[in-house]
Amino acid sequence: MAEPESTIEIVKPGLSTTVQDLGRPGYYHLGIPLSGAMDRESLIAANLLVGNDEGAAGLEAVFLGPEIRFAADATVAVTGADMPPKLDGVEQPGWTALSVRSGQVLSFGFLKAGARASIAVSGGIDVPVVLGSRATYALGALGGHEGRALKAGDRLRLGRGRPVGEGRNLPAALRRKAEPVLRMLPGLYDHRVTGEATERFFADPWKVAPEADRIGYRFRGGHPLDFVPREPPFGAGSDPSNIVDSCYPYGSIQVPGGTEPIVLHRDAVSGGGYFMIGTVIAADMDLIGQLQPHQPVHFARTDMAGALAARRETAERLARIRDALA
Amino acid sequence: MRYTFGGDEHVFVEVDEAMSLEAFFRSLSITNAVRDSRIRGVTEICPANASFQIKFDPDLIAPDDLLGELKSLEGAGAGGAELKTRIIEMPVFYDDPWTRETLMRFRERHQDPGATDLEYTARINGYPDVPSLIAAHAGSPWFVSMVGFVAGLPFLYQMVERDKQIQAPKYLRPRTDTPKLTIGHGGCFGAIYSVRGAGGYQMFGITPMPIYDPAQEISYLRDFMVLFRPGDIVKFRPVGRDAYDAAVQEVEAGRFSPLIREVDFSLAAFQADPTGTNAALLGVLHG
Repeated sequence: MAEPESTIEIVKPGLSTTVQDLGRPGYYHLGIPLSGAMDRESLIAANLLVGNDEGAAGLEAVFLGPEIRFAADATVAVTGADMPPKLDGVEQPGWTALSVRSGQVLSFGFLKAGARASIAVSGGIDVPVVLGSRATYALGALGGHEGRALKAGDRLRLGRGRPVGEGRNLPAALRRKAEPVLRMLPGLYDHRVTGEATERFFADPWKVAPEADRIGYRFRGGHPLDFVPREPPFGAGSDPSNIVDSCYPYGSIQVPGGTEPIVLHRDAVSGGGYFMIGTVIAADMDLIGQLQPHQPVHFARTDMAGALAARRETAERLARIRDALA
Repeated sequence: MRYTFGGDEHVFVEVDEAMSLEAFFRSLSITNAVRDSRIRGVTEICPANASFQIKFDPDLIAPDDLLGELKSLEGAGAGGAELKTRIIEMPVFYDDPWTRETLMRFRERHQDPGATDLEYTARINGYPDVPSLIAAHAGSPWFVSMVGFVAGLPFLYQMVERDKQIQAPKYLRPRTDTPKLTIGHGGCFGAIYSVRGAGGYQMFGITPMPIYDPAQEISYLRDFMVLFRPGDIVKFRPVGRDAYDAAVQEVEAGRFSPLIREVDFSLAAFQADPTGTNAALLGVLHG
């Protein structure tokens, strides 16, 4: 088989680097989650910077960046976490279109802020499309490169890129900063806990636990929740935090045993038997992807009007990003 | 029915707090009606055991308008539930060496470290021994009442009266490992682990028959990588080591063909005569 023309080679994989696009909707009823970039806005910005379609596949690197050798000329942009990109060891600006020559190596400095860098390459990462997407769902060994995080020695093919102006960047005002507040809509099974427990849930400071990944983010540090007494319904299980296994919304906040909330993210388990106290609004899901372990966080109550207003703000910010990079 | 929003993109509907075939059938009937009605802005329709979830795009339909549309379809679940579905036979090697090795490794996380999962479940359900529990588990068919948790994993609800349901708690602390294709049981639900990984259900045995194949190389999973749909009926057939090994070889050689038959199911007929209805279903399977 002939060597494809445009490839990149993974020299070092980083901590967990995966191929991601904007995800694989339509199969959640069979347990196959959306997947795709944890921070969608930063992937969209990176793609637009290098002249790709918004939904082209890029790389998502968490906490520690990979080292990548280019076997073709390309344009690259790194957005999201503040993890400075380097070309042949020389530091480069983030949120900027960088020209890379064949043979050059892209690497990264230490993480300064945020958690996940989006790396877009002109032409996009050309792994096979599975169920309509190139996103990696590692738990199901599906999509991406062989259904898994990248390893040293992996070669990835690039699609055909479009020429773009080198050095153009996204104005700092349009780069979203991770706020330590997650807005959530109470509901689902919040009647299982007392009103006092709910109030304390919002008042308490929480911290991101080390168990935070693409499936879900766990938090600790707040008070355990007090449950409303009940006779367990048939099939639910005897623990007061159990329910008859149901679907789990993206962003839903389950609290197994009433102790440590878990917010489900892009690789969510699609259902299970733990009660949920509410759901983080769609506009704040990207922010979770940029939270580091031990980072302090508050949950803030909102209502549907508040969630829809936040949604409009996101849409307006995206429109400004598109204008800036048109 | 209890309606609640899961953030700005999901409506969650609880049909009943408790599990029952009736609640499952209402959930399945209403989600079918939602699919048929092609409501603008609805992007995912997920039936579950006794509830369901609709994902929607609030830029295309106002959340309260969607709620109104869904409430108008409530009646779809009230009529006599008739279902055209499939019955699928699944060979199971109960008390196999792989789940046994795994359960021994995680014994300190179990309610009864001195017994196997089968021995424990037999005892707490009043069966005199493990073979009697296996006979009950494999004797009556099961409904696939939900597909999820991870890709392609079926939750199963046995088609017997409530007082005959097998019930067992989950492990005290979840295992970090479960062999692929383990037949598990937690609460009143059976499950088949589609991938290797963490798990909390009691482990009863293993099937040689793959149910999820992202590479789509298994002959009967080439058209779609997930075997099960909510509403499928499953019948377990106990097999020994030799038949298990032979089936694994058949799968690897691309010759394994699961026994699957089309069937009509009526909830009313089942409620009137569960034993007779199940016998008729098995007649279709082996007829």
